[in-house]
Amino acid sequence: MTATEQRLEAEFELGFTYSRSLGPVIGTCFAAFAQKRFLGMRRSDGSVLFPPLEYDPDTAEALSEWVELGSSGVVEGFCWVKQPREKHGELAPFAWALIKLDGADTPFLHKLRVGEEQSVHVGLRVKPVWVAEPLGDITDIAAFVPAAEELTS
Amino acid sequence: MKLPEPREAVDRPIYLRYRYRASEQANRFLHAIKKGKILGVRSVGTGKVLVPPPGVCAESGTLTPQDLIELPDRGTVLSFTIVHLPIPNSRLKPPFVVANILLDGADQAFSHIISEAELKRVVIGTRVRAHWKPEAEWDYGLENIEYFVLTDEPAVDIEQHRALRLEEAARHA
Repeated sequence: MTATEQRLEAEFELGFTYSRSLGPVIGTCFAAFAQKRFLGMRRSDGSVLFPPLEYDPDTAEALSEWVELGSSGVVEGFCWVKQPREKHGELAPFAWALIKLDGADTPFLHKLRVGEEQSVHVGLRVKPVWVAEPLGDITDIAAFVPAAEELTS
Repeated sequence: MKLPEPREAVDRPIYLRYRYRASEQANRFLHAIKKGKILGVRSVGTGKVLVPPPGVCAESGTLTPQDLIELPDRGTVLSFTIVHLPIPNSRLKPPFVVANILLDGADQAFSHIISEAELKRVVIGTRVRAHWKPEAEWDYGLENIEYFVLTDEPAVDIEQHRALRLEEAARHA
């Protein structure tokens, strides 16, 4: 034992290799992503949930009426991420946005790619960018982008 | 509307990346085990010999002394379990024995495995000694001990052993 012994350091990784079962409703919703479709669920009061749920959040009634939603939507709220982390999978600053798809009455959370923070606002129309080979997962949507980009292209 | 066939499950692994930096005592322990020596430390609060040596005695809250004690690579099985199910990413093939082993002169057990050939002979109190890997393979870890093997000594009465150890610890406290 000497004072000059090198201080030992080591990298290690703890992995929890979970698989998450989806159930019939989210399972269908995710499978629809592989077809680049958005499927919502209608409640008995006529409103439409996206993401879809198996049971009505207020009445606990079993739900089964699927609704095909539009493929673009509106920003209802957002949070700007100045410094993306590795797991975000984004090279540049982006926004986490609550997006209400056309035909839905509830918003869901996804990434929004816009050049700068000033370009994001509540009410901004956005559309999804699909990955090249969708597999049936939420990550099939790479991110949302302003829908206006489509009009100019 | 035509619905797609529901997807049953998705992979959602979580990976936590750490950088471990050895504490002073752990550093001494690891440098010693690289040379085939097992070090412990006697708590000034309780008089007990702890292995591997912690920086602070958990029982008394006292800092442990810098002078470490070399312990023999022999000991007694305090408790054990036989593992029958494979553990993902483990080099060990079941069935194997995981035992809490109390080294001679120590008051704190650590867990290690016992050679699979001795599966049916292990009892509480069984005397064991370390079977080291070839020296060329020694690294900074307890894996330098490949497993423990049984000695020819008779099994020890653990309660009696514990009582003797407590007496000795009390003398040092």
